[in-house]
Amino acid sequence: MAYKRLDGRSNDEMRPIKAKVNVVPNADGSAMFSIGDTIAIAAVYGPKKMHPQHQQDPEKGVLRCTYNMNSFSVSDRIRPGPSRRSMEISKITEWALSPVVMLKKYPGSVVDVHINIIQADAGTRCAGINAASMALAHAGIPMKELVSSISVGKMDKTIVLDLDKYEDSDFEEGEGSTDIPISMTGDGKLTHIQLDGKIDKKQLKEGIKMAKKACEEIHEIQKKALKETIKK
Amino acid sequence: METANITKKRIEKYLSEGKRFDERKPEEFREITIETGVSKKAEGSARIKIGKTEVIVGVKLGLAEPYPDSPNKGNLMTTAELTPLSSERISLGRPGIESVELGRVIDRGIRESKFIELEKLCIKEGEKVWNVFIDIYSINDDGNILDAAGIGAVVALKDAHIPKYDEKEDKVIYDEPGKEKLPLSKNITFPITVRKVGNDFLVDPTREEEDIVKSRVTIGMNKQGIASMQKGKDGSLGTEEFDKILDIAEKTWAEVFKKIEKHTK
Amino acid sequence: MTDRKIVIPGEVIVKGDDYLPGEWTEKTEKGIISLRYGLAEETKRLVKVIPLSGVYHPRRGNVVIGKVENVTYNGWVINIGSEDNAFLSLMEVPRFVNKDALEEVMNIGDSAVVKVWGVNRRGIDLSLKSRGLGKIEEGMIIEINPYKVPRVIGKEGSMIKIIKEETGCNITVGQNGFVWIKGDKIENELLAKKAILFVTKKSFVSGLTDEVIKWFKENKKESKK
Repeated sequence: MAYKRLDGRSNDEMRPIKAKVNVVPNADGSAMFSIGDTIAIAAVYGPKKMHPQHQQDPEKGVLRCTYNMNSFSVSDRIRPGPSRRSMEISKITEWALSPVVMLKKYPGSVVDVHINIIQADAGTRCAGINAASMALAHAGIPMKELVSSISVGKMDKTIVLDLDKYEDSDFEEGEGSTDIPISMTGDGKLTHIQLDGKIDKKQLKEGIKMAKKACEEIHEIQKKALKETIKK
Repeated sequence: METANITKKRIEKYLSEGKRFDERKPEEFREITIETGVSKKAEGSARIKIGKTEVIVGVKLGLAEPYPDSPNKGNLMTTAELTPLSSERISLGRPGIESVELGRVIDRGIRESKFIELEKLCIKEGEKVWNVFIDIYSINDDGNILDAAGIGAVVALKDAHIPKYDEKEDKVIYDEPGKEKLPLSKNITFPITVRKVGNDFLVDPTREEEDIVKSRVTIGMNKQGIASMQKGKDGSLGTEEFDKILDIAEKTWAEVFKKIEKHTK
Repeated sequence: MTDRKIVIPGEVIVKGDDYLPGEWTEKTEKGIISLRYGLAEETKRLVKVIPLSGVYHPRRGNVVIGKVENVTYNGWVINIGSEDNAFLSLMEVPRFVNKDALEEVMNIGDSAVVKVWGVNRRGIDLSLKSRGLGKIEEGMIIEINPYKVPRVIGKEGSMIKIIKEETGCNITVGQNGFVWIKGDKIENELLAKKAILFVTKKSFVSGLTDEVIKWFKENKKESKK
């Protein structure tokens, strides 16, 4: 039996998205990105001198990402502070964004990206990457492209786009759920992919194709948010 | 970046004439904006903006064993984080002493005024109680995070419901909104921090103004009086100055209360 | 393409082979793309992007305003808003400085008008050896987006001239976006500050000079109350 989504979405439909730039006035660049009930904000500071000194790269500036979930962003309160999961996601975020960021002009410096998840309903790392991408552009960091991020998944045997929390954590029928967060540059190159579950090559390719189309849509939303902020 | 010395001198001189750069009076707060329900996953939450300063506060409830010396009372735990996201002056790493102090000062006001009726949070005496967690995050620091956090805590608590407790399974069902509101007394308690600059006093400083503050006194108050107090920074205060600070705090508290009243009903 | 348009990183500004990639652009098979969030501009087939934001890029000869962050044994480390701190050596001060009393000349938190005389891998070198440079004794410093400096100064200084005349203040606009305002009354300094911020907010508007004159008529009346 084909999988039917609880919220009535079609398999290749994302939850409603909102994107806004300039949400943290102190930051050099900042943005908010929400998808369904997941809300992420990102603030960028830099480039500036990297401290501690031993982390300086004499060839180019360093991108440093910190992903953090607010303790009350989830039902079961998270103890404040970094966790292994948040540290891993911070690194993944850095790798997702580094290929587009051009920091050769700023040796010995750092660009800090702070991501804060205010409300979590699956897809938080993707929302964080989307917010961070806008914030970096807003901050005037030289970039080749923006980066857009979305999760695809497999619910039993069906490929779906943008898993919500139920699909990501609670669905257990048949082959269960496979969660695949993916990030792509504006010109369609993959900079991040992870996978949790069970899937065959053909379905994975189908999923990536679905993600590519979704990333193009997200890219348009990010572009609009950046351009709209000027009209005030 | 810290305010330049010459600008600091200007701020101080202007203040000695009873004036401020943004045309406020020394005892005047910036515009306060309040939003509740900032995170659906919290039992209660609030976003407070004072001028450009922004703070979000969340309230979560969890099951726990009571402390042996208070077998029929729930417990309160308050943490705060001055996030690197909110200001270039805050570095990565563990929250510093300012965050720790902030959490403890806000906690004190709420705890000492008995704003939360902790005895009503007992599920089974000696075995199971509700613990209340207040978590404060700065989103943009343009001065006076202290008072914004205090107002946020009260509004978030007022917004809070007790989640459903499934006694048979002995677990909390978080995603079903509980009907019962968090039991709170009528003692709305929040702090007003009065700062000393030169020989003058002001409330609700911007980041620029906060750079020249040598002493501050945070007073947690409610309609009945004072519940908590903390003097911060390394300046000293004469007793007459201290009296003046108390008067200013009381007067300002009443004005701010009028502004936030509808969110505290 | 004559109108300036807002572009984002990766966005194609023009297609085809007729154009050359200028500042903050790159030529790809898709066309000339932007590498910054900014305004795309084309002059004589050269396409460039004027950034809307970002850190200040110091250039030799720039007159900037900075704040002393540290005093070392042979000079001052000065923050000029670029990603690297800048250094003013005591050799670049046009008068004798007692090696043991550098703090008496300038201490941490003090501001100065300085000139960028060298930008290299080691860092940014500053100098005070020119007219109009030196420690700032009085007034206030405000920070604006360095990319809005040309607008605040105006064509041949026309915009800043209006602000100076209307407020009676001395105003030095550093290329790095730090602005020093000095007036006889704090009210006038604050009026100048407000005017400058008004210009930066409305920097996209054409006929901004008239808008500013109008703004002064409205705002000066209020402050006289």
